[in-house]
Amino acid sequence: MEIKKPAIAGTLESSDAQVAVEPADSGIELYLESSVMNQYGRQIKATVLETLERLGVENARVTVVDKGALDCTIKARVECAVFRSCDASAANVPWGGAVR
Amino acid sequence: MIPRPKPERFRLRRTMMFMNAQKPGLIKDAYIYGCDSIMLDLEDAVAENQKDAARFSLYHALKTIDYGETEVIVRINGLDTPHWQEDIRVCVAGGADGIRIAKCESAQDVLTVEKAVEAAEEEFGVEKGRTLLMAALESPKGILNAYEICAASPRMFGVAISGGDFRKCMQTTPQRDGVDMLAARGQMLIAARAAGVQCFDTVFTNLDDQEGFEAEVLQNKAMGFDGKSLINPKQIRFVHQVFAPTEKEIRQAEKIVRAYREQSAAGVGVFTVDGKMIDIAFIPGAERTLKLARACGLWEGDLV
Repeated sequence: MEIKKPAIAGTLESSDAQVAVEPADSGIELYLESSVMNQYGRQIKATVLETLERLGVENARVTVVDKGALDCTIKARVECAVFRSCDASAANVPWGGAVR
Repeated sequence: MIPRPKPERFRLRRTMMFMNAQKPGLIKDAYIYGCDSIMLDLEDAVAENQKDAARFSLYHALKTIDYGETEVIVRINGLDTPHWQEDIRVCVAGGADGIRIAKCESAQDVLTVEKAVEAAEEEFGVEKGRTLLMAALESPKGILNAYEICAASPRMFGVAISGGDFRKCMQTTPQRDGVDMLAARGQMLIAARAAGVQCFDTVFTNLDDQEGFEAEVLQNKAMGFDGKSLINPKQIRFVHQVFAPTEKEIRQAEKIVRAYREQSAAGVGVFTVDGKMIDIAFIPGAERTLKLARACGLWEGDLV
């Protein structure tokens, strides 16, 4: 998927993460801030990158502010932000396909 | 991936607790409270501009979190919104046990949802008929059509009244003795029993009024409800206590089932237990009491 416009998903509440995506020219730029950076920083990064790859996002600036979210929440927020940036979040989402 | 067992149309549903599907902090450990069912909400708890985000969150919660024995129902948006079709797709794809139809007013509403569920089961390769349905009656029209709604589909397991909206339509407010909804609750119960589905009461929203809550739960039990919708875990324990059969009821039920088996094996149809006439009509009730007692951890027999 191509990031067409800036989009954001999630909140700054505990157990949640806020993910913002913006168009970028070459590759993925990932900025991560987390309340559990020392313990889980690497795992969160891996989850974000894996999710972007699964969605076929090749170029994007991605900012994640994590408040101790589970992996499944990180995935949900990244996916929602990407689908929102493509105006594709409201209907016919490929549940179980690219979203899994 | 957590494979959930096939949903049971008839199971213990004393407590059904609402949870906002958009809030990861709530849904990640909803099963620890011990309610019989959780109701992940895509409708009123989720702001209009977060409906999409709630679905992504719901999908991954359903696929990742092990809710164990707790039943997982999803409340979808009303049929008069642009959201309900996608809500159904995500429920079925995620493997929710059942869907609660908000603002249901007719059998046609149930059929409309059923058709979309069937299409989604086909699309996502889910066993046909797996996804159960229940209806929330929130208007006078819904109450008047309660029977046709309850009987509209073999997927229907129950019906619930939604007090907030209903009272608004009736121009009333919650009353101490429940007179504001007495007729509606009664009509819905009769319809549910006639159609052979379960029946659940509305939420009690004033968390500071424990006395009022307890009075309402006792009335629910006396009227014959199967259970109650809840908004807070602290309400669970009292409902489970009230809906649990008493020691006396359990002993009586055990006696009845035992005596019935012995007597019918001997060719006798009607007999007495402790001076009361018993025939086959008493057996389903007695068996239900024993099943409920077992689910409440009060009985360990093997009669049922």
